[in-house]
Amino acid sequence: MRAPTPRGPLGETVHDYLTRPGLRALGLPDHWPVSTDEDRALALWTLYELSYRGFDDVDDALEWDPALLALRGRLEQDLERRLRRAWTAWDGPRDLPGIVDHDLSGGEGTSSFVRRRATADDVRAILVQKSVYHLKESDPHGFVLPRLEPGPKAALAELQYDELGNGDPGRLHAHLFAQALEAAGLDPTYGAYVDQATEATLTLNNAMSLFCLHRRLRHAAMGHLAAFEATSSLPSADMVRGLRRLGFDEAVVRYYDEHVEADAVHEHLAARDICGRMTGGDPALEDEVGFGAFTCVDLEARSAAELVPAEAAA
Amino acid sequence: MSDAGAVDEGPRLVRGVGFVVDADGTTNVAARPVVALCRCAASSRRPWCDGTHRVLAQRGLTPVSDAGRTGP
Repeated sequence: MRAPTPRGPLGETVHDYLTRPGLRALGLPDHWPVSTDEDRALALWTLYELSYRGFDDVDDALEWDPALLALRGRLEQDLERRLRRAWTAWDGPRDLPGIVDHDLSGGEGTSSFVRRRATADDVRAILVQKSVYHLKESDPHGFVLPRLEPGPKAALAELQYDELGNGDPGRLHAHLFAQALEAAGLDPTYGAYVDQATEATLTLNNAMSLFCLHRRLRHAAMGHLAAFEATSSLPSADMVRGLRRLGFDEAVVRYYDEHVEADAVHEHLAARDICGRMTGGDPALEDEVGFGAFTCVDLEARSAAELVPAEAAA
Repeated sequence: MSDAGAVDEGPRLVRGVGFVVDADGTTNVAARPVVALCRCAASSRRPWCDGTHRVLAQRGLTPVSDAGRTGP
C-alpha cells in the first residue's frame, strides 16, 4: 500500500514529510493550518498505519520519528478529548451490558438494512468501508496483550487465537474477509479502499488504535472490544440472511457465518474474563470500560447512519 | 475438556471439546478451542449459542436451563 492521498493542508504536509526525504530536514511546522475533521482523521490514520504495515513509499524508520510522534500526540489529544466529551454527554446506560443492550435494541443498523432491503451495490459500499478494519481484524488488540495481568491476558490470547485462525492461516478472520471482498467483486488488497474511507470510518479505526496503543487506555481498549464482540453475533446472522437473499457468493456469506458462533463465544471472554478480571469491580476502571464500549457503539452507529439510506415513505 | 463456566442468562462456555453429541444423536464437531453451548434452546445453531438468548431477555423471557437440549 502507498501512503493515502491527502485530503487537506495537514495531510499534504504529512504526506510530503513521509514520502519526500529532501523536505524532511525542514521539519514539521509548529502551527497547523485550519483543517477539517476529515483531513485530521486521515492524517492520524496514516501516522498509526506506520505501526501496523507501513507504506511501500515510506521509510519504515519513520514509525519512531520524533516530529511525527509529536504531531500524532497532538492529534490523539484532540481525538481523545472529543471521544470523552461524547461519553460525558451520553445520558444512556453507563455499564457494559447496558450499553450493549441499548445498542442492540436501537434503530436500523447496517446488518438489518442488509437483511431487509439493501441492494448488492449497497452491500459493496458497506464492505468497502468495513474493509479498513476487517483486513486488520484483531491486530490492534495485539498491542494490548503485554500490558495485561495473567487473568485477562490468558483470556485475550484465547480470543485472539480464534480471531487469528486457530493456527490455520486460511481461517484468519482478516483472510476470510479478503476472500469475501474478492468474491463480492472487490479488491482484497490490504488498504485498497483507504482513499474511499469516510471520516466516520477513519475515526472509528483511529479510536481503536488510540485505545490499543496507549497502555493507560487499556481498559477502554478492552471495553471497546467487548462491545464490538457483543454486538456482532445477532447482526452477523442478519448479514448472512441478507447476503443469501441477494445471491452473494458463499465466500462472502462465510465471513459473517463464522462470526455468528465465534462472537457468541468471544463476547463472554471479553466481557467476563477480560474486562471483569481487569476491573475487579473498581468503579473508576469500570467507567473506563464503559467509555470504550460507548465509543465503539457510538462510532459504529455514526458510520451506519452514512451507509443506511432513510427508508422511502410509502 | 474443562468447564469455563455458565454466563448469566447466556450459554455455558466449555474449553477443549472435540465434538458435542446432541439429543438427536447428531455429532457436532467443535470448530474452536472454546465453544459456547446454548442453554436457552432457542439458538438456530444448537448446540452452539448464536446470541438469541439476548432477544429473549429483551422480551422479558429467561428460559435458561442446564437441563436444556444441549446435552452433556
